[in-house]
Amino acid sequence: MALVEIRDVYKSFQRDTQRIDVFTGLTIDMEAGSFTALMGPSGSGKSTLLNLIAGLDKPTSGVVRVAGAEVSAMSPGELAAWRARNIGFVFQSFNLLPVLTAYQNVELPLLLTHLSGKERVERVRIALDVVGLGDRGDHYPRQLSGGQEQRTAIARAIVADPTVILLDEPTGQLDAKSSQEVLTLLQRLNKEFNKTIVIVTHDAHAAERAKMTLHLEKGDLVEKRAAVSGAAR
Amino acid sequence: MIPLVYNARSMMQRPVSTTFTAVGIALVVAVFIGMLALGQGLRAALARTGSDRNALVLRKGADSELASGIGRDAARVLAASPHVATGTDGRPLLSPEVYVLVPLPRPNNPTAVANVVVRGVSDQAWSVRSNIQLVAGNRPTSGRMEICVGRKLLGRFEHLDIGASLHFAGRDWTVVCHFSAAGSAFESEIWAENEQVMPLFRGEVFQSITFRLKDAGAFDDAKRALEADPQLGVDVHRESDFYAKQVGILGIMLSVLAFGVTGIMAVGAIFGAVNTMYAAVAARTPEIAVLLTVGFRPRQVLLSFLAECLLIATVGAVLGALLALPVNGIVTSTTNWTSFSEIAFSFRVTPLLLLLGIAFGVVMGVVGGFFPAWRASRLRVIQALR
Repeated sequence: MALVEIRDVYKSFQRDTQRIDVFTGLTIDMEAGSFTALMGPSGSGKSTLLNLIAGLDKPTSGVVRVAGAEVSAMSPGELAAWRARNIGFVFQSFNLLPVLTAYQNVELPLLLTHLSGKERVERVRIALDVVGLGDRGDHYPRQLSGGQEQRTAIARAIVADPTVILLDEPTGQLDAKSSQEVLTLLQRLNKEFNKTIVIVTHDAHAAERAKMTLHLEKGDLVEKRAAVSGAAR
Repeated sequence: MIPLVYNARSMMQRPVSTTFTAVGIALVVAVFIGMLALGQGLRAALARTGSDRNALVLRKGADSELASGIGRDAARVLAASPHVATGTDGRPLLSPEVYVLVPLPRPNNPTAVANVVVRGVSDQAWSVRSNIQLVAGNRPTSGRMEICVGRKLLGRFEHLDIGASLHFAGRDWTVVCHFSAAGSAFESEIWAENEQVMPLFRGEVFQSITFRLKDAGAFDDAKRALEADPQLGVDVHRESDFYAKQVGILGIMLSVLAFGVTGIMAVGAIFGAVNTMYAAVAARTPEIAVLLTVGFRPRQVLLSFLAECLLIATVGAVLGALLALPVNGIVTSTTNWTSFSEIAFSFRVTPLLLLLGIAFGVVMGVVGGFFPAWRASRLRVIQALR
């Protein structure tokens, strides 16, 4: 059984009087330990798919299942609790809370767990070490570079050890060097820690790092390609 | 729970609007406490005036000393009543009193006058009223035109120093002493001997008779017995109740002012808080989306923003309480609407009033913060991130 199952999903939006169909019967599987890049032009439904997996959005019909749990059928309250345990989400614009330090930002998801203060300190330290920011915990977001901010956001996404890590154009606002650092980090998380990762990207170089690239166009899966070099790099 | 440090630091990110909101709440709380302190002061002054061991006798049907009149015969009958306590000298502890209002000019504005109570008392009055204490001089001598001045009048009117001569009722009176009365309404009165005052004003009647009850618990018996006597034709009041009742309409007015005026002000302050919080929610839409994405529940987001507004309101409320504190003890005066005389009293800021004021401020915070916080918690993550 795949870790992420998208089964016959329909999704449409109402914009004024016009109905926009994003997905019309989309079916996709993603295995545990996979590293999947979602590519496609604007409006192809990449981000919508990510939101559906995260339970931030609901399909019009069809089933979204993550690790056996039917996300598409949960109530908002259940979803919040479920997301806290299973989803690490990274945004294009980092979205760190500006008034909290890097350490406090990373600690946020742990405040929803039953971990003791001591355990939280340990977990945050490990997460910051993994992303290479062990010495920047007391910095505020404004004191960090874009690349460091995004690595902090990734630390926040992994600190609670979620089932899936979802990233929405994580390198979209970064320079080439920072982008490479972030992508290398993601590869490492996938290889060393066997994290399941789904990344939405416009950038073909970024997609090359993934083990699998899915091309969406107008809501349809038009191409599915296993990377030859990406996984080996 | 979303850490409070997030809210505290977010407040500091917008110091100007936070400060204005807090100051708005502080002013309302300060006025609220001030007005209640005024009512509290008046109430305390009148409540302390009467003693529950004393009975005040007025003519039947009279609701104030001004409207009362009791003849010498009745006074003699009362003095012989078994309900009246006797002093160490064996004489009844009873004071037939003449009660008149004297217009005295205000020092800063001679055309304005205020009615001051001149109370003609018997020499027993000083024992019947146990809270009276001389603070300077000696008691008026019987048979002389001498007066003793309540200390709250000092500084409010001229010619009240010991040895000075005060002119009223066509005579010159010599000030021989000053007295205190535990902050009560007596401190706003001038006392003289009843026999000196009586002929100058009302003729051969007293206005009231105050006596010490032999048994404070037997007030009802005394009342029943004396009121039943057709020869007397009097009403008997417990002195403490009589003065407490004088707070009456004035007390209600002060309460209406306190709650009415500050209620209106509070609406303004609440709008300020609402505005600040809506702006905060709008500016932090992406942050709220992050919190919801991380897995915080809408309820937790609501509580977080409510807590933020509460934090501002609490700071404001405490500030307001501190602002109101210095009015404690300030002496002011008003006209006692029952006796038409001037009564001076102090603002009384009690711990209970401070708590009430702070609670009022906190309630303003909850009311002002709720709808913005509700909006924050209802945010759709996908729209918010767009």
